[in-house]
Amino acid sequence: MTAFLSSINYNAWIVPALLLLPAIGALGIGAHALLTAKDPAEKRWREVRILAFAFFMVEALLSLGLWWSIDPAASGWQALVDLPWIPQWGVRFTVGLDGIAMVLVLLTTLLMPLAVLGSWTSIRTKPHAYYANLLVLTVGMLGAFVSLDLVLFYVMWEIGLVPMYLIIGIWGGERRLYAAIKFFVYTMIGSLLMLVAILYLGSEASRVGGAPNFSYDFILNNVRLDPTTTLWLFGAFALAFAVKVPMFPFHTWLPDAHVEAPTAGSVILAAIMLKMGTFGFIRFALPLFPEAAMNPAVRTFVIVLAVVGIVYGALVAMVQPDFKKLVAYSSVSHLGFVMLGIFALTTESMQGALVVNVAHGISTGALFLLVGMIYERRHTRMIEDYGGIAKVVPIFATILTIVSLSSIGVPGTNGFIGEFLVLVGSFKTQPVAAVIAATAVIFAAAYLLWALQRIIYNSLSKPENEGIKDLNWREIGLLVPLVAAIIWIGVYPKPLLEKTEPAARRLVTYVEASVGKTPVTASNTAR
Amino acid sequence: MMNPAMTFEGAHPLAATIARLVWLLPLLPLLGFLINGALAMLGAAKIGPADPSEGHHSEGHGNGHGGVHGHEHDDAHDHADHGHPPRHKFAGIVSLVGPGVLVAAFLLASAIFFAMRGVEMEHPYVLTLFSWMPVGDLNLNATILLDPLSMTMVMVVTGVGMLIHIFSVGYMQDDPGYPRYFAYLNLFVFFMLILVLGGSYPLLFVGWEGVGLCSYLLIGFWFSEKANADAGKKAFIVNRIGDFGFLVAMFLMFANLGTLDILGVADKAKDLPMGGAVATAIALFLFLGCTGKSAQIPLYTWLPDAMAGPTPVSALIHAATMVTAGVYLVARASGVFSMAPVAQLTVAAVGALTAFFAATIGLKQWDIKKVLAYSTVSQLGYMFVGVGVGAYVAGIFHLATHAFFKALLFLGSGSVIYAMHKAYHATHNHDDAQDMRNMGGLRHHMPITFCLMWIATLAIAGIPLFSGFFSKDEILAAVFARTHGSTLAEASLLGIPGSTVLFIVYGLGLVSALMTAIYMTRMMLYTFHGPNRTGEAERPHLAEAPWVMTGPLVVLGILAAFGGWLNVPALLGAIGPVGGLEHWLEPVVGENALRTTLGEAAHLSHSTELVLVGTAIAIAVAGIAFAVWRLKPAALVAKKDAPAAEGIARVLENKYFVDEGYDAAIVQPTVAVSRNVLWKGFDAGVIDGLFVNGSALLARAFGWMGSQLQTGHLGTYAWVLLIGVLTILGAFTYR
Amino acid sequence: MLAEALALSAVLFAIGVIGVLTRRNAIIIFMCVELMLNAVNLSFVALSTLYGASGQVFVVFTMTVAAAEAAVGLAIIIAIFRHVKTVNLQNINLLKG
Repeated sequence: MTAFLSSINYNAWIVPALLLLPAIGALGIGAHALLTAKDPAEKRWREVRILAFAFFMVEALLSLGLWWSIDPAASGWQALVDLPWIPQWGVRFTVGLDGIAMVLVLLTTLLMPLAVLGSWTSIRTKPHAYYANLLVLTVGMLGAFVSLDLVLFYVMWEIGLVPMYLIIGIWGGERRLYAAIKFFVYTMIGSLLMLVAILYLGSEASRVGGAPNFSYDFILNNVRLDPTTTLWLFGAFALAFAVKVPMFPFHTWLPDAHVEAPTAGSVILAAIMLKMGTFGFIRFALPLFPEAAMNPAVRTFVIVLAVVGIVYGALVAMVQPDFKKLVAYSSVSHLGFVMLGIFALTTESMQGALVVNVAHGISTGALFLLVGMIYERRHTRMIEDYGGIAKVVPIFATILTIVSLSSIGVPGTNGFIGEFLVLVGSFKTQPVAAVIAATAVIFAAAYLLWALQRIIYNSLSKPENEGIKDLNWREIGLLVPLVAAIIWIGVYPKPLLEKTEPAARRLVTYVEASVGKTPVTASNTAR
Repeated sequence: MMNPAMTFEGAHPLAATIARLVWLLPLLPLLGFLINGALAMLGAAKIGPADPSEGHHSEGHGNGHGGVHGHEHDDAHDHADHGHPPRHKFAGIVSLVGPGVLVAAFLLASAIFFAMRGVEMEHPYVLTLFSWMPVGDLNLNATILLDPLSMTMVMVVTGVGMLIHIFSVGYMQDDPGYPRYFAYLNLFVFFMLILVLGGSYPLLFVGWEGVGLCSYLLIGFWFSEKANADAGKKAFIVNRIGDFGFLVAMFLMFANLGTLDILGVADKAKDLPMGGAVATAIALFLFLGCTGKSAQIPLYTWLPDAMAGPTPVSALIHAATMVTAGVYLVARASGVFSMAPVAQLTVAAVGALTAFFAATIGLKQWDIKKVLAYSTVSQLGYMFVGVGVGAYVAGIFHLATHAFFKALLFLGSGSVIYAMHKAYHATHNHDDAQDMRNMGGLRHHMPITFCLMWIATLAIAGIPLFSGFFSKDEILAAVFARTHGSTLAEASLLGIPGSTVLFIVYGLGLVSALMTAIYMTRMMLYTFHGPNRTGEAERPHLAEAPWVMTGPLVVLGILAAFGGWLNVPALLGAIGPVGGLEHWLEPVVGENALRTTLGEAAHLSHSTELVLVGTAIAIAVAGIAFAVWRLKPAALVAKKDAPAAEGIARVLENKYFVDEGYDAAIVQPTVAVSRNVLWKGFDAGVIDGLFVNGSALLARAFGWMGSQLQTGHLGTYAWVLLIGVLTILGAFTYR
Repeated sequence: MLAEALALSAVLFAIGVIGVLTRRNAIIIFMCVELMLNAVNLSFVALSTLYGASGQVFVVFTMTVAAAEAAVGLAIIIAIFRHVKTVNLQNINLLKG
């Protein structure tokens, strides 16, 4: 496989191709909208979803090669492409991958077709705009994961924002406008501060290098700032990312956005967009400002917020009457694990954080898909409106159970691997935080099993639930890969761990060395 | 990984025997799970329409039922209450696969067992399957650890498991969820084998939580009844509290010992300071895990509720195997425990208290399965007393004999309930088929069950030569022996000297033994003796269960009677080979047991030993005699006519109101605080209301203030313009 | 001569400003605006004796603009009158915030 990929020079074009393809797809859908304007709506709707799905499938298949073509152990960027973009300001189109980004890119490209399939029948109004938005959104998300130029990163970050705003605002539920504006303003406040910080870094870079420059590598290696400035810049970056993650107490946009968004929107939001926040910490906030991030006060503050988020999210999830909101708060809890893992700064916890990233994407994505499916049938998300439906929809119930178990973190599922690694790694540096965070295993079981019981178990007491149809082949087909991934990562996580291990280790070593805690020695750079 | 035993992997004598196929052991039940699970889905599934949003409301009733049977609305608890519905369409193949994989696993386990007998088991046999979590310093492999201890557990799990699977074929035959039942049961055995064979603590934890999951699924097997679903959920969540302890113990191991491998931890633990904080903390947190899984104070409350599951499940999971996992874990981690006398004393004390506390509740229960449930909690307490005082062999011995007689008791009660159900069903009566007040005189109707259950009762009561006598006596003797000349006697727990603690433990053990004899005799008297209270119409329908159910009972009866021969004490050397299990387990726990007794084998003088044995026998006989003398089955009335209990009996019947207390003190406050303070107060009120929407309001307020400058009157604007012009001109002129 | 002309211009301008500020009738305000424009014209012409003809050129510009303004302005006032039946500016406050 590797030989074939290098024979077609895969790494040289794949990243720009992955960014370009959805953009072309969006234009193609626009063209379809113009060309078929006179056709009956039903026909246009059928055609456009197939068109969009085809683009996402091609994108997914194209990206698969990354699994083999990216050498995680290599020290430099892989699949690097560096082109001039706005020469006057020193802004370049620099994209590239390491193991961490590669995993997230694959998560994105592989989940998008499933998200489209998940909203196969539920989106009937303005389908062209909907699918075009999804495609543009993909550009933004992928762009954020691959950007190695700070301005490019910022642009991609914001490109991801607008389509999601529209998806929630147009195709959302009853309070969609409130949710969409809340989401937009919340995220914007954070990211504008980040823009200021990026511009400051750029000006510093031009002072050091003599020419305007926003290159990630250049800034990483050459720009040295005094501690106070570092702290401010870290704060600006961290705020932007913390809102996106979302960390307690910046999380309140999430339940509203999740609840109001259409299924695909919730899936993408939870599975991928939140990861942009954690990825931002890993790629930018931590390595660019290690002194600030590892400043004892700052570090303690972040870890306290992460742990509070873990427990608080779980407790609040427990009492939600709306299943989608429950899942949203459970995301707050899970993402708290990621933040704990990142800031505990051990290889194990960092790796655990990356696994939770992926695991949460799969499990929560699947949960939102399942909620969407049952919502399409019963038009309610309220837990109390269900009960006993395992008898009526056994396939749905089985899959919901498996996915819930993985979200609970039962061993043998992906959730366990991530949480275990985070906790066992964090305990080495942050024992108290790890122990408090570990209580979440109790609360997670409490909130999900309680909800599960009220939805699929108990007696089938409501007559309107008796007629619910079970999942159809399309829905089973789109859930089976997710379930398979849940089991695969749970049982044999080694292939995934191998992809991110060197990058995680490098990051930990680099940050530790930067704050002078432990010198870089041969033993911890060996792998 | 730093693991000396690993180096034997290639050269280990077992590698040349059938033991190298040990990985097949868990795989067989897994295969059974996959087949039965697939059949369950096939039988239940009805694929939905391509567009789910279209016209589902008009469809209404009738189409959506999961099962192939049309009687899903029956009272789920009365699973046998279906007349004679057609058996599940896959019942044949499921009956073959479900127990079949267990028979195969048991045969393989026996073969491995005999292979192990044939070689020198100086070192454990470690089989590395694949690299599991290679992360940083945590180089975790999926390994199988085969040593005498895990082999003992494997034999119990596959042996008793096989019998219970066979029993289930009869017991569950009419249930619409038949394939699903066997799928769960097979999955349980899979995880149980992972638990006992896992070569590292995380892998053990996989099995640990996996069996909990299966327990959850099986307790809530008849999930349409809210009480059953509640019980399953409660079991899982309470177990998770224990699992939290297990997790923290693993964190401590990794942070302090640098490994999570079972052998590695045992190796490193030797270098820990005796009685040090690390060993004590690890041991105590591990024990927190045990209190969850093995239903000890304070986390025992889930086990009695777990009786909501099918009775064979209670026998397999909640008596014979899963709940004893905690005992296994303490024996497994004996290297750590023996370094922490305070933790050991805690284990013993909690075990003794649980044994006593549960026994008192068992005295006043009316539900036959609840009596057995509290008896199980109590007997588990005994096992913890055993492993707690460092008598690991005694604890494991009691684990094995308990598996025999308690499985027999549960299956026997299953037979009784089965018969009661059939009788009630035949007359369409909806009375409680598990309440002993509705039974009585069953010895005439089911003589085989009657005889076998008396064997088990004598065994659990501790009548000489029955299995329970040997193991219980050994535990009590071990406690007594360690009251002096051991690390335990020198340590202290909460300021109480260790030897005092051990004397109290011993005393509680004796009292519990007395109560055990009483409540078991009471159960037998009320169930099988005296007049029948089931009802005139039902009486002719009471009958012995089919052979597929009584057959396993007979086998278990033999084991319950003669299981004591596994480990005959020296005192009774005349009846068989002395200390079989002791020798067998010596390579695993011998060294750690000796550490507690300061290097010398715990030794009691012959006369002391005779006195102890005499006391134990006297207490068992006294208990039975007291029960026979005081309890008058003839005076009982059926449940529907029975008066409510009063005074102490009411407290006992309601289990000291512990469940209610937990609910009021922990569950309700947590939910209330989460809902009213955290969610509605803080999340919606403070963060969202005050900060988020508040800042939006603030922006609006400023905007409104600015808008007030716009009067809309041209004159105002002209004045402002003039003043502005004059100001600017003035500024330029007079600067 | 110049001083008198400029004084007259100032007086006229002041009258215009006061009219704009104090009157309510749109027509009168409009006429006052015209008065101010013409006051400026006067000073342009007067000052052209000192600074050359460009001041006179500006006057022509201003008158052109004033004519155009008068046309548009009166049209707007008529439109407003048709709409609200009054030209009293006190009653017209559509711009109120």
